[in-house]
Formats: sequence, structure tokens, C-alpha cells
Amino acid sequence: MPETAATRDAYGKTLERMGERYPEIVALDADLSESTRTIWFAKKFPERFFQMGIAEQDMIATAAGLASAGKVPFASSFAIFASRAWEQVRNLLCRAEINVNLCLTHTGISVGEDGASAQALEDIAAFRVLPNMRIIVPADDIETVGVIEFLAADRNGPTYVRLGRSKTPRIHAQDYKFVFGKASVPREGKDIAIIACGVMVGKAMEATEILAAEGIEARVINMSTIKPIDADTIIAASKEIGKIVTAEEHSIIGGLGGAVAEVLAENAPCSMKRVGTRDTFGESGTPDELLEKYGLQPHHIAAAAKSLL
Amino acid sequence: MEKTTDISRLKEIARQIRIDILESTFAAGSGHPGGSMSAVEVIVALYWSEMNHRPDEPHWPDRDRFVLSKGHACPVLYAALARAGYFAVKELKNLRKLGSFLQGHTDMLKTPGVDFSAGSLGMGLSFANGVALAARLDKKDYRTYVMLGDGEVQEGQIWEAAMTAPHRKLDNVCAILDYNKLQIDGFNKDIKGLEPIDEKWAAFGWHVIRIDGHDFEAIFKALDSARTTKGKPTIIIADTLKGKGVSFMENQAGFHGRCLKPDEMEKAREELKEVLK
Repeated sequence: MPETAATRDAYGKTLERMGERYPEIVALDADLSESTRTIWFAKKFPERFFQMGIAEQDMIATAAGLASAGKVPFASSFAIFASRAWEQVRNLLCRAEINVNLCLTHTGISVGEDGASAQALEDIAAFRVLPNMRIIVPADDIETVGVIEFLAADRNGPTYVRLGRSKTPRIHAQDYKFVFGKASVPREGKDIAIIACGVMVGKAMEATEILAAEGIEARVINMSTIKPIDADTIIAASKEIGKIVTAEEHSIIGGLGGAVAEVLAENAPCSMKRVGTRDTFGESGTPDELLEKYGLQPHHIAAAAKSLL
Repeated sequence: MEKTTDISRLKEIARQIRIDILESTFAAGSGHPGGSMSAVEVIVALYWSEMNHRPDEPHWPDRDRFVLSKGHACPVLYAALARAGYFAVKELKNLRKLGSFLQGHTDMLKTPGVDFSAGSLGMGLSFANGVALAARLDKKDYRTYVMLGDGEVQEGQIWEAAMTAPHRKLDNVCAILDYNKLQIDGFNKDIKGLEPIDEKWAAFGWHVIRIDGHDFEAIFKALDSARTTKGKPTIIIADTLKGKGVSFMENQAGFHGRCLKPDEMEKAREELKEVLK
């Protein structure tokens, strides 16, 4: 695969750059700024960075106050720890339509050695159910840059951006343009459609090579905006191909697979398999060991695809 | 709008607002009159004297903010906003009705003059700190007032925010604790005691003032002290009576979350014909 970078790194760099362009941007963190990369913004704009300590609920509601008075906050922590403020997100950010950008890192099983307590596998489901919430899962560093540039200028949040800890293969070319709410198709194919998000887009691209060796041509759809989901692209894949695999580094319950199934069931039912964690917590291990054990490697996606043919 | 520090005039406004609270919740058939009645004098003092605000321009960027963190007490805020001229007084009878902009708990998207969507306790102080941080970044001198309930300070997030404001030296934040000693299930002291409440806030780094929350002169003195205290936030701990102003409602947990019955409403109207002593 081509060169790799973590989406959190691209977030930190782009946030710093957007901070120069937009003086109203502020950032908040809950004692994880080194890990979430908000520290780069903090060093450049110390007066516009708010270290909130280990207090995620306070951080998110403070960000809401800043936004209500004209600021554009980016608030970061690990996804699972910010999820403890789900009700602040619901009752304040979503109910009052407050433009706070929750850019949360360390998602999925590839968090690795820290184990189950730090591996967010339910966050997409937990936030997807909230009215007014937008959810974006960038596939690589290039797309992350586009997402953060978009959010810096667009002020129609709240938005959850799901970022990863580990280096991720680069899927997109430098000139890729992220379009909010629109899936991209990094690979065309006629036999099976693989709809993926985040790090699993790279895994899906690798799976297409396994499948191609057996004469199976797979289409890969990068569903980077999970809410609002690009229903047209899903329905077209169902009508044109009729066999769909979803792949996400998240529970198969309520995440990308759930969202795609909802669209298909009501609009264009077809055969489908969901690749993701299967109603389970993770554990300690290296990212690769965990991705293997929990069924999230390219060969798992390829096997799911072949089971539909 | 009318601004005044004349105590007899303020008492008359408070009397009217108490009637509005009871009539609006009576018309709604539900609501939270008890914790609204305890907060009347503080809110009247804020809207008729202390705060810079423009009823004809609710989103005036330089306005002082009022964050009602104990959002169930919205009947008192709605009555104050109506009497201050944010919207017509006759709208109060639509409280809690389908399609009304006067929701059962505050909604900043729907009600002119409401700066914070509350209803779930514990979030308002953090929000107020955020507003105050924005004011500081913008070098604006507007202030943020936030009213907390006593039961509400059992929420852990209040103490997260109570650490944030002094850490950031937010002297443009003034919290007011409506300390009526009662919450839904009974007295604070029997449920999860708050005392020594002054010492707790002082230990967190706040300038603490304790007053009789129904005494206008004491309220004004406390607000003056808050405004002139630099380098730290102020909390005014206002000793109040739940249901203040109607004899059979006072100090009764039962009136936390129920409106008056017709015969009770009659008695209350009679009692509220004169201003409180």
C-alpha cells in the first residue's frame, strides 16, 4: 500500500492551519492534547486553546457556551471518554443545534494495547441516533484534511468526526476533494460492492486484490459521511450489483452496517453481509493482532464478499 | 424597557410575576411553580436593574447573559421576559402547549430572550464559563449570570465547572444558587446534603456571598460585590423559600413539580393581592 499517516495527525495539522485562517476557531481538550494532536493548535494559539482537564462533560458544555457567543470550537478527547458526555451532546449540542466540532480520536479496535476500555466500538451508533448530529469518518489523512477544512468554514454542526490512532494507508490522491454527504468510489467493480468507512476503506481496497485474483471485481464505496448517509449511492449499488458488504471498525450494531441496512431494507433490498465487531468488547494486543482476531482484515472482507456470490 | 432600583416598584413587579407563574402553570395543568417562586426576587433584580439587555434585540451580541441552569424553573423566566417586553404577556397562557414557543423546559431556539436550553441539570455553569471565555477573547465586558438549583449541585458536572471558572479567573461569571433547600424527593439534607455549601465553593476558589434571596437590597449589594470582585468568579448563595409568597406552598416539596388546583389557585390569587413584606 502507499504511504501511511494517522488521521489524528492530519487533524492536528489542519486545525492549526485553519486556526490561522479563522480567528474565531478555538480548541478544547480533556488532558489528551498530545494524543489527539490539539497540542499543535495549542502551541500556536495558546489564548484560543482551553485545556479542560479530565472533565469531558464540562469540556463539551463549555464548548457549547463558546459557540453560542460566536466561536467555532473543536473539542477533542478519546472517543470513548467523550461518549460519557452523550447526554450533554444530546440535550445541548443537538437539541439547541450548537455548532461544536467533536473531533474524537482512538476509535476502533486498532487502539491496540490499551485494551477494551479505550477502544470505542459503539460511538457511531450512540451518536447516529441523535437528531441534528452529523457524523464523518475520514478514510485517510488526505480526506481528514478536507473534512477539517470543510468544518472550519461550514458552521452547521454539531458534527462528530471519528479519527484513528494508528497509521492508515493513503487511499486518496492529493487532489481528492471531500464532499460532505457524498460517498466516493475509490475503485469500480461490477460483481460486489464493499461499503466501508475509516480505516476499513484501506482494508477493503486490499480485499479487492484478493478478490481480483479470483476474477471477482469489487466496487469500493467510501461512505465517509455516515450521517446524513448517501442513500442514492447505496441504492444504486444495490440496483446495479445487488450484493453488498459493509466494513467498519465498529460494532455491526447501529453503525455503518446498520445505516446501510436501513436504507436497503426500505428502498432496495439485496443480499448483504456486515463486517465489524460482533457485539463484543475488544482486548489488549497489537492493532494487527486485534484486527485479525476480531475479523477486520482484508481476507475477512473478501470472505464475506465471496459468501454472497 | 423600564429599569429601576426602587424597592417598592420591584416588589410590585415580583408580585405580578408570582401571579404569572401560578396562572401560567395553572393554565398548563403542570409545571414547576415551587422553584420558580423561590427565584423571583433574584431574577427581577437581574432583569430590571443589573443586566444590560434589550428586549427588542434579544440577540444583541453585547448583552449580559442569563443562563437558567435549573431549567424547570422556566415559568419565572418566561414571566420576567414577558413583563420585560420580550414577548406578549398573553403568551404565558400557552406554556407547555403544543406548538408554543414556551416549552416545558427552556429552549434557546424557540423563546426570545432565552440564552440556554436547559432541562437536564448540571450543564449551565459549564456553558456560562464558555460564554465568559468567549467574552474575554473578544475583549467584551458583558457578564454572564447563571442560576443553579440546590439539588442541581449534586450533579458532578457542576463541580467540574466549579473548578474551571476559578482556574481561568472568570470574574465575568456570577453564579447564583437558589438555595430553597428542597428538591423533588424532599429536603437536600435528607437526600444528599450540601453543607457546608459556602465552604465548598470557597475551597474551589470562588468569592462567596450569602444572602437572603428575597431581600432586594441584599441582592443588589451582592451583585455589586460580584461585579467589582476581580480575578475570581462569584457565587451568591441565596437562601430562599420554595413556593415563596403563597402560605400553603412555602417550604413544601410537593409543589416542586405540580401546579395548583382550582381552589388553591383562588386562595393564591387572594394572597398575592398585596406585595410581600
